[in-house]
Amino acid sequence: MDTSSSRNGGRRAKYTTVSIPVTLYNRIKQLIEGTGFTSVSQFVTYVLREIVADMERERLESEEVSEEERKRIIERLKRLGYL
Amino acid sequence: MVSKPHGGRLVDRVVGEPRRARLLKEAKEMVSLAVSDGIAADIANIAHGVYSPLEGFLTQEDYVRVLDDMRLSNDVPWTIPIVVDVDPEEIAGVREGDEVALEYRGETIAIMKVEEIYGWDKKEFCQKVFKTVDARHPGVVKTMNRKELLMGGPIELLKDPPEPFENVRLWPKETRVLFRERGWRTVVGFQTRNVPHRGHEYVQKAALTFADGLFINPLVGWKKPGDFRDEVIVAAYRALIDNYFPKESVVFAVLRMEMRYAGPREAIHHAIVRKNFGCTHFIVGRDHAGVGGFYGPYEAWDIFREFPDLGIQPMFIREAFYCEKCGGIVNEKICPHGDEFRKRISGTKLRELIRNRREVPQWMMRPEVVKVVLSFENPFVE
Repeated sequence: MDTSSSRNGGRRAKYTTVSIPVTLYNRIKQLIEGTGFTSVSQFVTYVLREIVADMERERLESEEVSEEERKRIIERLKRLGYL
Repeated sequence: MVSKPHGGRLVDRVVGEPRRARLLKEAKEMVSLAVSDGIAADIANIAHGVYSPLEGFLTQEDYVRVLDDMRLSNDVPWTIPIVVDVDPEEIAGVREGDEVALEYRGETIAIMKVEEIYGWDKKEFCQKVFKTVDARHPGVVKTMNRKELLMGGPIELLKDPPEPFENVRLWPKETRVLFRERGWRTVVGFQTRNVPHRGHEYVQKAALTFADGLFINPLVGWKKPGDFRDEVIVAAYRALIDNYFPKESVVFAVLRMEMRYAGPREAIHHAIVRKNFGCTHFIVGRDHAGVGGFYGPYEAWDIFREFPDLGIQPMFIREAFYCEKCGGIVNEKICPHGDEFRKRISGTKLRELIRNRREVPQWMMRPEVVKVVLSFENPFVE
């Protein structure tokens, strides 16, 4: 992995380089013209964050509440009039 | 399915017995720090997963990333720094790695492992979080009065701070079970610090039309003078829900968390918090979490574009008003009539009518709600 840091007001923001085909790079460059994206990197980061968050969400298993705790919670919710 | 917790896992830093008894004993030997109402609320919110994935107060790396990039150091979106401030003399002798007892109203409520003690630039904090250093901004005033150092590290909750609204206070673990029990797959969160007027009701019902359930979650805790008092907000919402909402479609519960008045950044924070409660959608209002004229009316909408990975869907619903020609509460997207027919529901005007105990028109606020609000001698924060 090729990593680099850029100085910003005395703080380091960490970045790394990934490779994409030049043809794809050019397509993205054209695509983002006139949009709010100021660079191909910014666009790629945006898209990747969206996809990664979706994939992470799908991977996560159901809630970690034990049956005993669930029962205790349901009792409290009933007592308070929520159920 | 209800929303997954922010960062993937619902944080639980509440200590059970017998460890709790042991830690309480050990706490007597530790340096003890008295915390404010707001920090006590933050401690409980961290411990009960309201602020997932935070397990404690921000260390410097996270603090810097939140200020600069609105993300934690692991890239998870986070916009409001959750910090505990201390004076050097309070923590004399405390070293990084030590544990300290956090005390609220004379009782130890939590233990904090001090990972880092660091300085902060309050002006920079204000500029980045509030987008201003203007002393007329209540968040700026509060921040500039805070102590000189910040302390970062995980906490463990030994005792919940006292909660006067215990019967209408739910934690994320509880709402998640509740939403499932009710069979809700889509849940809209509604943030508020006000008593409900007809515009709020319109927005809530517009959103509820397309979701299984509505989670009305007003903030209780410190607010600026002139805002409605907590008990008034709770009583007013009870009146509204009892008279105008199908009970099986609504959950009402308070959240003890201070308003920061940080506009767009706070709108994201409010959305993240409701995601942790299990909401799949979140209503973002006009001038959300704004104050005075410090933010543009729809600035809070724009910031959501920067967070494709937020994991909760914002619902942007335009300001509602009463149109004489339409004969009801509408918004500019669905009403073709001119200003001569439109009556704005102004919060300032409403407060003025209530303060002077004058009649509040029904198109502004439900009579049942007005009655409850006026039953309080002084409904406003002094």
